[in-house]
Amino acid sequence: MTYLGKAVLLCAGLALAACTNADRFDDTNTVDLNGAGGGARGSAQDPNSPLYFEQAIGDRVLFAVDQSRLSPAAMGTLDGQAQWLMNNADYTAIIEGHADEQGTREYNLALGARRANSVQEYLVSKGVAPSRLKVVSYGKERPIEICSSEACYAKNRRAVTVISVVPTS
Amino acid sequence: MIRYVLSLLLACLLWAAPATAQDGPLRIEITEGVIEPMPFAAPDFVSDNAAGAELGRQIANVIAADLSGTGLFREIQPDAFISQITSFSSPVQFADWKAINAQALITGSVSVDEGGKVIVRFRLFDVFAGQEMGDGLQLVGTQAGWRRIAHKVADQVYSRITGEAPYFDSRVVFVSETGPKDARQKRLAIMDYDGANVKYLTDSSSIVLAPRFSPNGDRVLYTSYESGFPRIYLLDVGSVQRRVLESQDGTMSFAPRFGPDGKTVVYSVTRGGNTDLYRMDVNTGANTRLTSAPSIETAPSFSPDGSQIVFESDRSGVPQIYVMPAGGGEAQRISFGQGRYGTPVWSPRGDLIAFTKQSKGRFHIGVMRTDGSEERLLTASFLDEGPTWAPNGRVIMFTRETQGAQGQASLYTVDITGRNPRQVPTSTGASDPAWSPLQD
Repeated sequence: MTYLGKAVLLCAGLALAACTNADRFDDTNTVDLNGAGGGARGSAQDPNSPLYFEQAIGDRVLFAVDQSRLSPAAMGTLDGQAQWLMNNADYTAIIEGHADEQGTREYNLALGARRANSVQEYLVSKGVAPSRLKVVSYGKERPIEICSSEACYAKNRRAVTVISVVPTS
Repeated sequence: MIRYVLSLLLACLLWAAPATAQDGPLRIEITEGVIEPMPFAAPDFVSDNAAGAELGRQIANVIAADLSGTGLFREIQPDAFISQITSFSSPVQFADWKAINAQALITGSVSVDEGGKVIVRFRLFDVFAGQEMGDGLQLVGTQAGWRRIAHKVADQVYSRITGEAPYFDSRVVFVSETGPKDARQKRLAIMDYDGANVKYLTDSSSIVLAPRFSPNGDRVLYTSYESGFPRIYLLDVGSVQRRVLESQDGTMSFAPRFGPDGKTVVYSVTRGGNTDLYRMDVNTGANTRLTSAPSIETAPSFSPDGSQIVFESDRSGVPQIYVMPAGGGEAQRISFGQGRYGTPVWSPRGDLIAFTKQSKGRFHIGVMRTDGSEERLLTASFLDEGPTWAPNGRVIMFTRETQGAQGQASLYTVDITGRNPRQVPTSTGASDPAWSPLQD
């Protein structure tokens, strides 16, 4: 009988906080999964277009399990990215780091940040101004492949350089 | 705007008091190993009108569900009853309840007054001792708040029989999940601990993660991508007003958790790819850096006395659990088993640390003593993570995600003994639960 004494328990009044109306939010909002707006990406034939960057150069690099070190293949892709960014100085980019679903939410956020940072540092080392590159980690929140095996995990352990299609000053 | 204001006045008055049998034979020691659940009877609470009778039936059902849900009690179905309870004040026919092996009997009455106020009285009987256990109690609330009254009654029964602090009158804030795995939408939601009364606190326009209650349950810290980058927000549960706490350009902040003073927050900041721990006074915004290592430091949690912080770090090469003084300084590693350890959370009782462990391709929720000794794994699945403690430190809730393209997250509870794993019913996918303190 540790919790309850004989004396008056609990007591007095309490006002339970007001809660929100469940209908207040509707589901009409859509989530932009790519973190970039549509349109204005140009033609894949135009080497100065964001679409060319995405498709011909390759906007993403992949990582080994629990690693943020860049592979030789990744460095090859990033050399192309750096060149494109140097040639198209009006564009900025956001580098998104991602992890596969193995691992806790918090750790994967930090791991995705390491991956994005590896890419950022590499691009800066190739001459891209740091001010043009932002980094963000999505951890395991935004897989592109949804199976629970290495075939999918390998594609989800990625850093994607997303060109901001509206050139910013 | 706020169409539905749930206001519950709960006045508890001492009711008829033949105070006897403080430590009678009716007792469950919940720290013991496998036990036979205690059979109990919870007949519908009686009422003198139809509205009250329906409420009396619902209240008895919720009480029975609370008690049965612990795995420590087993409800005897009403069709087995020999005696019927038709009046709250009539003497109990103990022989009739003994005959069906009801060790505990809960009786009650409900009345609804002209103003719509609900008055509930209850008594708990130790059938085999033939006497009342503890004092009768009267609870007053609103019709909308009837479930809380039922939880309060169940809390009384649980406490009187186990000697433990209760936890049924509590809430859980969590992330409601809808949509496929590669386009998942997440919203903050709050519900009663048993999954009832779900209310949404945010819309689904931004990813939200890992909400955490303030020590008195009035505010929630969480991480949102509202700005395009993960940042920590503080939300007032009553008004649903929120504000960003940490928004340094070029950084990410996440994994926030309150200290026991309700104003100190400890969290992770990532800058230049490196993640360290910080603490902040939420009133002044002043922050202090607690760690500076090239490794990942995240998932911090205060000890209940506020003197120490347990956290996760991969400074040894793989994620392990460390404890350091709340102001920073030398950290002691406390996890030494095979595998990867994460998301440590200090028990509200101070005696244990719950954690997530990843080993040989499986995930576990486990507990260890605060020095890392006596590690015990309570669960195993494809993906279990993110433990949160019931306010009495006897039950843990966590996220379980199923495997594959159709994988879904849901909430589970388990005893700290590893017994009684149960799914918490939610109408959508659900993850990242945080259990509130016991409500007032």
